Amino acid sequence: MKSVLLEEKRTIIKHWIDLTVDTYPPESGSFLRNQKDQFANPVGAAIAQGAEALFDWVIGDSQEYGPVVVRRLDDIVRIRAVQQFSASNAVAFVFLLKKSIRDGIPKQFLKDPDRFGELLKIESRIDSLALTAFDMYMKCREKLFEMRAMEIRNRTSRILERACNKYGAPHEW
Amino acid sequence: MELHDLPKPKDLMNIDLNRPPEKGWMDTPTQFRDGTYSYPAAPKNLKALGLANPRQWSPADEDWKLPENWQEIIMQGMKERLEKYRSFRLFMDICVRCGACADKCHFFIGSGDPKNMPVLRAELIRSVYRRDFTLLGKMLGRLGGGRELTLDVLKEWFYYFFQCTECRRCSVFCPYGIDTAEVTMIGRELLNLVGLNINWVIEPVANCFRTGNHLGIPPHGLVDMWQFMVDDIEDLTGVKVNLPINKKGAEILFVTPSGDYFADPGTYTCMGYLMLFHELGLDYTWSTYASEGGNFGLFTSHEMIKRLNAKIYAEAKRLGVKWIIGGECGHMWRVMHQYMETMNGPADFLEEPVSPITGTKFENAKQTKMVHITEFTSDLIKNGKLKLDPSRNNKYVTTFHDSCNPARAAGLLEEPRYVIRNVTNNFYEMPENTIREQTYCCGGGAGLGNDENIDMRMRGAFPRASALRHVRDKHKVNHLLCMCAIDRATLSALTEYWAPDVSVGGIHELVANALIMEGENDRTLDLRGEPFAEVEEDE
Repeated sequence: MKSVLLEEKRTIIKHWIDLTVDTYPPESGSFLRNQKDQFANPVGAAIAQGAEALFDWVIGDSQEYGPVVVRRLDDIVRIRAVQQFSASNAVAFVFLLKKSIRDGIPKQFLKDPDRFGELLKIESRIDSLALTAFDMYMKCREKLFEMRAMEIRNRTSRILERACNKYGAPHEW
Repeated sequence: MELHDLPKPKDLMNIDLNRPPEKGWMDTPTQFRDGTYSYPAAPKNLKALGLANPRQWSPADEDWKLPENWQEIIMQGMKERLEKYRSFRLFMDICVRCGACADKCHFFIGSGDPKNMPVLRAELIRSVYRRDFTLLGKMLGRLGGGRELTLDVLKEWFYYFFQCTECRRCSVFCPYGIDTAEVTMIGRELLNLVGLNINWVIEPVANCFRTGNHLGIPPHGLVDMWQFMVDDIEDLTGVKVNLPINKKGAEILFVTPSGDYFADPGTYTCMGYLMLFHELGLDYTWSTYASEGGNFGLFTSHEMIKRLNAKIYAEAKRLGVKWIIGGECGHMWRVMHQYMETMNGPADFLEEPVSPITGTKFENAKQTKMVHITEFTSDLIKNGKLKLDPSRNNKYVTTFHDSCNPARAAGLLEEPRYVIRNVTNNFYEMPENTIREQTYCCGGGAGLGNDENIDMRMRGAFPRASALRHVRDKHKVNHLLCMCAIDRATLSALTEYWAPDVSVGGIHELVANALIMEGENDRTLDLRGEPFAEVEEDE
């Protein structure tokens, strides 16, 4: 199974990227896919770099993510957490890897119990990746709300500090 | 959450794999989702300015409480502006939809929303123009790319014209020189005619009209605040800097954005000005009336730019100064550089600026009589007039964010870099296509830097953040420099979300850190009250 996945790696990753890009409006798809300069197209770059690193982890044996995998997954989720997606859709790109893998392997693998078992194991790894993505998504959203609160606080913090100094009131955050 | 709010399981698992055919952009209605739009202007602020249709409303409501004849008002407003501004008519006619601008907008790049392509943003107005103001459009209607100004179209205008930061990056790439920011400016002017505006713009405008500054600080409040900074400086350096306010007959009037009076980290930059001017013994003055360099009128209407800007020359005249220095601000420089002299000049009562310290003539400011602080400071450094110890800033590995307006509207590219290189030892540029004329916006300019718009800001901020993260990873950059008060606020949010280990600050904060002042004590703390050098812990 793994040797086939490694052989088909390019096709599967490309398919996964295409499916992920398809979650954006069609007019934007060709830009996200084709502009290769990472500073001109940072969203496309994050998806492309992320797809490769996450695919490698999914077909590997490691039980830990490692800093690269975490960074790549976080990159994509952090972007989608502020875009026009529902929470489910923001992390759903992870599950799209299942489709690109199933489409990328020979059909008879699905009828072969051993290989199907292997596939299910790989799909479980994708599930755990999706759950991690959801944790990351929540952290991003919580960070945004914290930032909103801080911005409102900071707008007047110096005035309050000044007033408290003047009238001898304690002032601590 | 109610059951009916939840998507059905089969829909969830059917993620965009068999999507129904998309409708074209003209038929895709706007969704006002929390985090992606700004709250509307409060009626009291519209009343204070004599603007149309003051009322309580929300963009998320079905009914926007528009005047009955709103279509007529807007079409009439459009007709007037097409006659008045040749540029507007030209920009409406000349676009060939080549697409050069399409992928240059930070909001498009960060959101993937096609209506954030500058060409399409302009097309929102152009389609209405085409149908009602061109012969071909009148004949062909929708076939010729024309459409009627319906309520849905109006809502789309509001959403997308308050989703453009007027940064003008797209205009750098347009082969015809179409300035899409000016299309946005006209779009906002038209929306203002029927009372569609945002409070983050209109409240500062109303404040500025009343007190001279966006925050609405009365004169005694300003004096208090500046005095506070003078005290802080004395605590940190042992030097009591002078604080000339409304000083008649001073040689120079100093004008800077009020955003730097109260909000960190802008306050440190403001303290930097006080220290620099003191050290030079400059004959200058602050003003409690011209207490704001920024001009949110720029984000409202041409008339409002003029109304708010008028105080600068008026105050220069009243105080009898010879010329003006302006502080680190962004859009202020677009107004100073491109509108001030036409709107409120000629400033023939002022003299061509000459630095009293170096004798340098600022010929570039012959017309406006106003010099940018980095022009002034870089000239001082070039002539060896400042004693600087850049090693005091050694804990910072810096990079520089070109603020849109100083870079693209005023061409201030080398001066800030020259100053930075002389006050720090560690400076790295971000990638070429993200700086100088091609700089990416912070995502919060033009009045969009409010907290309710946070999702949209973070989308727009991502291209800048991506370049910043690159130099952070490659060169260990930990401090992002900028010369704009809005940047100092919005980039702080940008780094918080996208690059939490990078701090943000202004250039003159670092100038003041490095500045060796006469009579200073054994300085160990920077303007933030933190040690100059990171103390290395013993192992």
